[in-house]
Amino acid sequence: MTTNGRVALRTQALTKVFRGFRAVDSVDLVVREGGVHALVGPNGAGKTTLFNLLTGFVSPTSGAITVFGEDVTGQQPEQVARRGVARSFQITSLFETLTSREHVELALQGLTRQGFRFWRSEKLLGGNRARVDELLTQVGLMALADRQVGLLAYGQKRALELALVLALDPRVMLLDEPTAGMGLEDIDRTIELVRRIAAGRTVVFVDHNMHVVGSLADRVTVLQQGRVLAEGAYDEVRNDERVITAYLGEADNA
Amino acid sequence: MTQSTVTQAPVTEAHPPVAATDPRLRWVLLAAGLVAALALPWFVYPPVAMDIVAMALFAIALDILLGYTGLLSFGHAAFWGSSAYVTGLIATHYGVPFPVAVIGGALFAMVLALPAGYLSVRRSGIYFAMVTLAFAQMVYFVGYRWSDLTGGENGLQGVPRQFFGIDLVETDSFYFYYAALPILLLGMWAAWRIVHSPFGRVLVSIRDNSQRARALGYEVDRYKVVAFVLSAGLTGLAGGVFAINHGFVALTELHWSTSGEVVLMTVLGGIGTLWGGILGAFLAVMLADYLASSGFDGIDLVTGSVFVLVVLLFRRGLWGTVRHQWLVWQQRRRSRRASASADPTRREP
Repeated sequence: MTTNGRVALRTQALTKVFRGFRAVDSVDLVVREGGVHALVGPNGAGKTTLFNLLTGFVSPTSGAITVFGEDVTGQQPEQVARRGVARSFQITSLFETLTSREHVELALQGLTRQGFRFWRSEKLLGGNRARVDELLTQVGLMALADRQVGLLAYGQKRALELALVLALDPRVMLLDEPTAGMGLEDIDRTIELVRRIAAGRTVVFVDHNMHVVGSLADRVTVLQQGRVLAEGAYDEVRNDERVITAYLGEADNA
Repeated sequence: MTQSTVTQAPVTEAHPPVAATDPRLRWVLLAAGLVAALALPWFVYPPVAMDIVAMALFAIALDILLGYTGLLSFGHAAFWGSSAYVTGLIATHYGVPFPVAVIGGALFAMVLALPAGYLSVRRSGIYFAMVTLAFAQMVYFVGYRWSDLTGGENGLQGVPRQFFGIDLVETDSFYFYYAALPILLLGMWAAWRIVHSPFGRVLVSIRDNSQRARALGYEVDRYKVVAFVLSAGLTGLAGGVFAINHGFVALTELHWSTSGEVVLMTVLGGIGTLWGGILGAFLAVMLADYLASSGFDGIDLVTGSVFVLVVLLFRRGLWGTVRHQWLVWQQRRRSRRASASADPTRREP
């Protein structure tokens, strides 16, 4: 994976306090363009809060966030999405009554103004059929395109999450535990998929599975109690004394 | 539609089947609905028939918010009633044909809905309902106090029914029904168009999971405001026709109980179905009319009991339950047929 000099995503002293609890505590994060950056850490380390901060779902108590040099601190989720930062959710988050195809159509429409056309037929949404099919094929859901997502298996829902992120054609992808709850086979397939779609994009992801982190990430940030404990290449971080002390047992499981 | 190679998963209560749009069934339903609408004043006293269709559009307009966007407005009397007043005032003071007055009323309702929607969509759930209710109460207060214009408690009396000097329509309720019906049917068609548009798809996604919709780049609040204004406009069309039909606007049209009544009709018929609103309005108006003409004065008691019973027995409302059972039956039949054709023992010798 090649990284050039540009910074895609930067946080400066980013802090979020929930009723006195510092969920994210002055985090400085630098993600370079084209990089695949993993956030790891035990439960409650602040990974998901950090994701919510980066995508505008939670506004920071203090600190700043920039995307390709532009300040996005305090922006709304839809504004952040429109700047090319797309995220997936840790807990599968879909529209239960719609089909996979309808999901991808909605995602493709998200960044256009077409969504306000209440006087047109919804067939307009299917206009980009080739692109919809391509995305569904890419994540292996083509055969289930017209099935309501409430009826999909868990792994299939996770795959659809990725298709939705991809549909936004983002510059930065934030994937919150893309392999959570998956079986081994699905995990390898997902690693392969993320690697493929990561080409030419910047990826930040959270995962507990060290096999996934090791296979994908070119940089790893370890969080603990809301603070950055260590940062570096996977091998560096894995052999870091502090990380081993804080994290021992979990890393060995992989 | 091409059959996927994947076997159908079992249909459960938690996951109702996708409303597979069978185009033939849709045309049959539409034709039946149109025939019913055209035949109604032959069987029902024409002014009551007109009330049924106007209430049906009112319920459908509410369903855009309640069933498709997941917003319970408890203040739609503000749009229904204010359009009724504005329609009545335009008809009284300008002597224009009634459709023009009705359109004026509907536009007024939309203008009124803009600030109301803007303020209320900032909250969700019960708080949204309360903000819409509070707004409607303010409108009620204005209607009550500004009696020089609205007639206050006495209502707006003597609203004329002008229609290009065509005497039959202007004096006979039976012919008036047919003159006003196209406005309401057009309103219903507009509701169908809105729900089945790219915009309608976004509304459903907001209803199912608004945070996810935001992550896809949708400005959820703005979509809700547009839905609110459109719903108010269609409500206004219905309220305007209602005013002309009665030749009179009562203060009741702005009262919160009117907001409650339309929620009741929509839920009775089944939310998120559009057809349910029509069925709900028909039953509610017919029941009230029957009870009133038989001299029974506990109308609310009976309609209330019917409502409770229906909600307890049919969670999806009347139309919603019928549709659900039909879809389940269809899907079962399809999967049975698929498994029968895949069964090698049943191959012909």
